[in-house]
Amino acid sequence: MKRKIIQMLGLALMITATLLVVAILGVVLFDLSSKGAPSISWAFLTQSPKHGMTEGGILPAIFGTTAVTLLSTLLAMPLGIGCAVYLHEYAPDNTFSRLIRASIRNLAGVPSIVYGLFGVAIFVQFFGMGASVLAAGCTLGLLTLPSIITTTEEALRNVPRLTREGALALGATKWETIRTVVLPSAVPGILTGVILALSRGAGETAPILFTGVAFYTRYLPGSVMDEFMALPYHLYILSTQHHAIEQVRPLAYATALTLIGLVFMLNLTAFWVRAKYQHGKD
Amino acid sequence: MEKTKIEIRDLDLFFGKKQALKNISLHIPEGKITALIGPSGCGKSTLLRCLNRMHDLNPQVKMSGIIQLDELNLLHGNTNPVHLRRRVGMVFQKANPFPKSIAENVAYGLKINNLCHKTQMATRVEKSLRDSFLWEEVKDELAESALTLSGGQQQRLCIARAIAVEPEIILLDEPCSALDPISTGKIEELMLKLRGRFTQVIVTHNMQQAQRVADYTAFMYLGELVEFGETKQIFENPQQDLTRNYVEGHFG
Repeated sequence: MKRKIIQMLGLALMITATLLVVAILGVVLFDLSSKGAPSISWAFLTQSPKHGMTEGGILPAIFGTTAVTLLSTLLAMPLGIGCAVYLHEYAPDNTFSRLIRASIRNLAGVPSIVYGLFGVAIFVQFFGMGASVLAAGCTLGLLTLPSIITTTEEALRNVPRLTREGALALGATKWETIRTVVLPSAVPGILTGVILALSRGAGETAPILFTGVAFYTRYLPGSVMDEFMALPYHLYILSTQHHAIEQVRPLAYATALTLIGLVFMLNLTAFWVRAKYQHGKD
Repeated sequence: MEKTKIEIRDLDLFFGKKQALKNISLHIPEGKITALIGPSGCGKSTLLRCLNRMHDLNPQVKMSGIIQLDELNLLHGNTNPVHLRRRVGMVFQKANPFPKSIAENVAYGLKINNLCHKTQMATRVEKSLRDSFLWEEVKDELAESALTLSGGQQQRLCIARAIAVEPEIILLDEPCSALDPISTGKIEELMLKLRGRFTQVIVTHNMQQAQRVADYTAFMYLGELVEFGETKQIFENPQQDLTRNYVEGHFG
């Protein structure tokens, strides 16, 4: 009897915890939607800010965030996947390779502002990129690199040994096995990891803060060497740095909602990719 | 005795410090089916995987002795395992088709080894599928994923994939252990049809299976080759007490 009560109590506690988490998320989403949705319109999504950012839309910020995130993925994906393939398939299991792995894991825990400072020192100044889409993309790419490497390694680990042996037994070399069988099998896992890393990168402010984001630009960036606006930073400005904070509050909420929508869409893509590739697999 | 295809002499194999194969000497006859039987852990799969150098993947494994395939010494450092595996195909315990289409699975070995011109590919794929009695079942769904096939069909696809590159030898590592009796029957039928064209070596737990398909049988125990002979002799008139006890089901 006593054991049964304890069991019920444990279950009740865990259900409460779950409900609480869901409730918090629900309140955040509801608050954002109710205050932000009225300001979202086609014009809001397709126009530049006007009159000292008290009116108009957030197109440059949407464009900037999208461009920088895409660029960071373009840079980080080949590097990260290449690194993961080497570590998982080729590197011998010794102190050195374990040290590399530990460093990569630690890299994932470095605060994003540190990446921002590193980006200024290396990309903006040393490589002379200036504050630009390119410098910010590189910095953001570095930030997402550890998680891309880790998830890719995980995806490679999940490819059954039997599948690899099947290719080797037919006379494929190690590289042919990796290219034609292992990587295609790991694609869903790799893509999911990349998209999740990307969606985290899209919401970051600190790494782009000193490396290229602008308070306000009238035009969309014309090249990767231009400054840009970004959603998270725009949100920060509207909520704390603006001269008429109260007046632009609805715009801030709408910006936050747009950012969440963008991230949500990316996550949805990851989900879709996984479902699509897993179809027909076991 | 027939012409020998593979000659194994004084083969020792270590996993780290543990010796898994002890002084194995064995002649595998050409064009016949040879079964390796014995209780779990006796080293029969380990021996099989020596024949296409599959142990190369495991740095813990140390081998010594000689395995002669016609004129080629398999264990010699200059023998390229990639070239060797084109001559020695393998079918595994669990069907392991690639997550590609049925046709691509069969074409894989041909493409990788550059054995066949693109224009000939469809013909070669069809021939291999016909040879493995799968053609009638899959001819309308060649572009479908191989993973949509049943377990038995997948295993026959793996055999089709192996014979597509026209190897000299096919190694079968308990190919029916995950299959139902009907699928098992089809695989055995296929093995008998392929006899003569390929030298086949099959590892099996199933003594009835060895009796049904194998011309010769080798009984292994604790890493040693206890007895080798014609299947009929091994099962009906074993020379060793250990073999008799095993084939009569006293242990296993």
